[in-house]
Amino acid sequence: MDAMLHISTLHYLVLGAALFLLGVIGVLTRRNVVVVLMSIELILNAVNLNLVAFSRYWGELHGQVFAIFVITDAAAEAAVGLGILIAFFRNKETVNVDEVNLLKW
Amino acid sequence: MLFLDHIWLIPLLPAFGATLMFLFGRKLQKATVSAVCAGAIVVAFLFACGAVWQYTNWASTPENFHRPYQTVLYTWLGTDTGHLTYVLHDGKSTAAFQADVGFLLDPLSSIWLLFVTGVGMLIHIYSIGYMAHEGGYYRFFGYLNLFMFSMLTLILANNYVLLFVGWEGVGLCSYLLIGFYFHRKSASDAANKAFIVNRIGDAGFLLGMFFIAWYFGSLRFTDVTRLAHSGQFAIGDPIITATTLLLFVGACGKSAQLPLYIWLPDAMEGPTPVSALIHAATMVTAGIYMVARSNALFVLAPTSMKTVAIVGALTAIFAASIGLVQNDIKRVLAYSTVSQLGYMFLALGVGAFSAGVFHVFTHAFFKALLFLGAGSVIHAMSGEQDMRNMGDLHRRIPVTHWTMFIATLAIAGIPPFAGFFSKDEILWQTWTSEGGAYRLLWIVGYFTALMTAFYMFRLMYLSFHGRPRMSHEVEHHIHESPTSMTGPLVVLAVCSLFAGFLGWPHSLGGSDRFAKFLEPVFAREAQVLTEQGRAAQVAAGEKETEHTTSTEYFLMFLSVAAGVVGWGMAWKAYRHADRGYVEPIAAAPPVYNTLLNKYYVDEGYDYVFTGRRKIGDTRLGVLGLGEASAWFDSNIVDGLVNGAGWITRLTATISSWWDKWVIDGVGVNGPAILARMLSYPARLFEWGLVQWYALVMTAGLAGFVFYYVYH
Repeated sequence: MDAMLHISTLHYLVLGAALFLLGVIGVLTRRNVVVVLMSIELILNAVNLNLVAFSRYWGELHGQVFAIFVITDAAAEAAVGLGILIAFFRNKETVNVDEVNLLKW
Repeated sequence: MLFLDHIWLIPLLPAFGATLMFLFGRKLQKATVSAVCAGAIVVAFLFACGAVWQYTNWASTPENFHRPYQTVLYTWLGTDTGHLTYVLHDGKSTAAFQADVGFLLDPLSSIWLLFVTGVGMLIHIYSIGYMAHEGGYYRFFGYLNLFMFSMLTLILANNYVLLFVGWEGVGLCSYLLIGFYFHRKSASDAANKAFIVNRIGDAGFLLGMFFIAWYFGSLRFTDVTRLAHSGQFAIGDPIITATTLLLFVGACGKSAQLPLYIWLPDAMEGPTPVSALIHAATMVTAGIYMVARSNALFVLAPTSMKTVAIVGALTAIFAASIGLVQNDIKRVLAYSTVSQLGYMFLALGVGAFSAGVFHVFTHAFFKALLFLGAGSVIHAMSGEQDMRNMGDLHRRIPVTHWTMFIATLAIAGIPPFAGFFSKDEILWQTWTSEGGAYRLLWIVGYFTALMTAFYMFRLMYLSFHGRPRMSHEVEHHIHESPTSMTGPLVVLAVCSLFAGFLGWPHSLGGSDRFAKFLEPVFAREAQVLTEQGRAAQVAAGEKETEHTTSTEYFLMFLSVAAGVVGWGMAWKAYRHADRGYVEPIAAAPPVYNTLLNKYYVDEGYDYVFTGRRKIGDTRLGVLGLGEASAWFDSNIVDGLVNGAGWITRLTATISSWWDKWVIDGVGVNGPAILARMLSYPARLFEWGLVQWYALVMTAGLAGFVFYYVYH
């Protein structure tokens, strides 16, 4: 029972992997750019979870520090991404990623 | 030697004035224009006086005794390194072609320098008054200054090429100034005529120059003279004869000799100061200067000398006879100029170079004075030039009358005025040269002197005496000219009175300083000619004639008599001329009409050369040569030009085709097309859909992970 209740590093990793997969599937399948951005946040948080889990496992703070960096980075990325998104919406009147197909030969 | 070393400044001063006029003249005040242009000539004259004074000092030192002063600024054509060489007439020796911008001062150019700047200065001052009410004031003075620049270049040049530059420059200015009133068709026609007729002469001069370059290997006067003196060329050398004859053709054009004199009378369309400066005193003597400058060559070609003498004498009597009946005051003077130029060539032709130059010198004063006086008369008469409508002016414009009277006495050869000494010297030299073979020419010259006196006093009596024949309105306006015009008249009158004393002959107890001054230039030629004459006499079995002073006195008396008789005849015929007066020559209508129509020479030229005039239905027109050359020009020459153009266009088309299809097509676009084709399959993978890329990336990543995990 005790062993069952004990939350090991493996649990964190499994949760992280699940989150990561959800994010990847979201990025690949959803057509709404806002949802895609949110899925990217999921991926980043899965990574954060891994970093924190390994930090706890090794008893060191490096991983947690790095996780904070990633959060900062995610905030910046969300700001830039939403900015692009607004510019895009003003031009195309849509937020569908399939409409953004100019970057080709 | 401040002045001598900076002799190049003399032509540069008027060039500066002309440049200023052409660039800024339109905006300048008349007073500024006069100050700059006349000032430039005044300074040039003072500078020239200084240069000649220093030259005479320099040339009297033992080491430079009688040498010409020469200074070369830079090599203008060709190089002095000997790169530009050509083969001379003998087929063996070569010479480097070289033409300098260099200046030569010797007694001959000194004389020209002094009277050109001196008379030019007076005429510039005169023009300030004469042109005061005319439009194009700055243009006029700009042209005058440009003319002075060209003329001074011509005089001071040390080689034939630079002389030719000045020669063409004065021709250009002559053209511009004859056509100064360009809105008048007759003026622009006259300008064209002067230019075209001068071209004929210039062609001869150019060919002569080529001959000199080919035969002597140098175009410098000093080199040519030295070679001609060296004795390696025989007297009567055919090439030298041809050369000198060609040079003389050039002189005929510029100095208005038969058969190229026709432009000078028409040149009177220009403003009167121009007639005085260019078409009487200075430019038309350029031909005489050139022949005198080439005296060493002419002496080697007796045939050319004879031609010069005969052409000169014929021109003298021909033009004088036309002058007898002309009614336009300036035309009489124009024919008089042609006639006097004939005298000068007669002198050169008989070998009396210094006498010819002396006549140029004195003629410059009295003929400039006559023209300026005529200008003053025209000014007073509100533009009237026809002597039939003048008369009784001597009381209204006394200064003009008295100064012109002095000039008339001078040109008629009345002692002691300037013309007497120079003309008498020419006639005396004609009589004595080559043992009297030219005595026929003396008779021609003598009758010319008679005619000269007659037509000049006819001009004086018709204009200044007799009954007034002008309209009342014109008569009311008659006034003496302003001081800026009468001043130069007085100065020139003084010169006409005293200039002759420089050549006071030995027989009258003088020392003929003028001939002595020119001795360094002509002494050697005089000696050669004397020997030739003596040889000819011996060959003809004659005794050597003694030139006694009594003969000279007798001839002198005869020529004075000619002047007085001509004066008397004119006095008798025109003293009381009233409206409808009768010309004495009109008693013989054919003669009178022939003379009045100038022997129909212009008409003849129009018939023979230009083809503007038909006789009956036939049009001769240069024996078809004009049409033939026009046809040749428009078909052959232009055809060649067009052919060259066509070939250029063809090659351009081919090369543009090559460039467009081969260079651009195969060379540049080819690799691009290839790359495009090869890239086609790769492009299939580029959809532009970001999620597809993400999917591929994820799949790739997954692939790598599986590979490394399960490997």
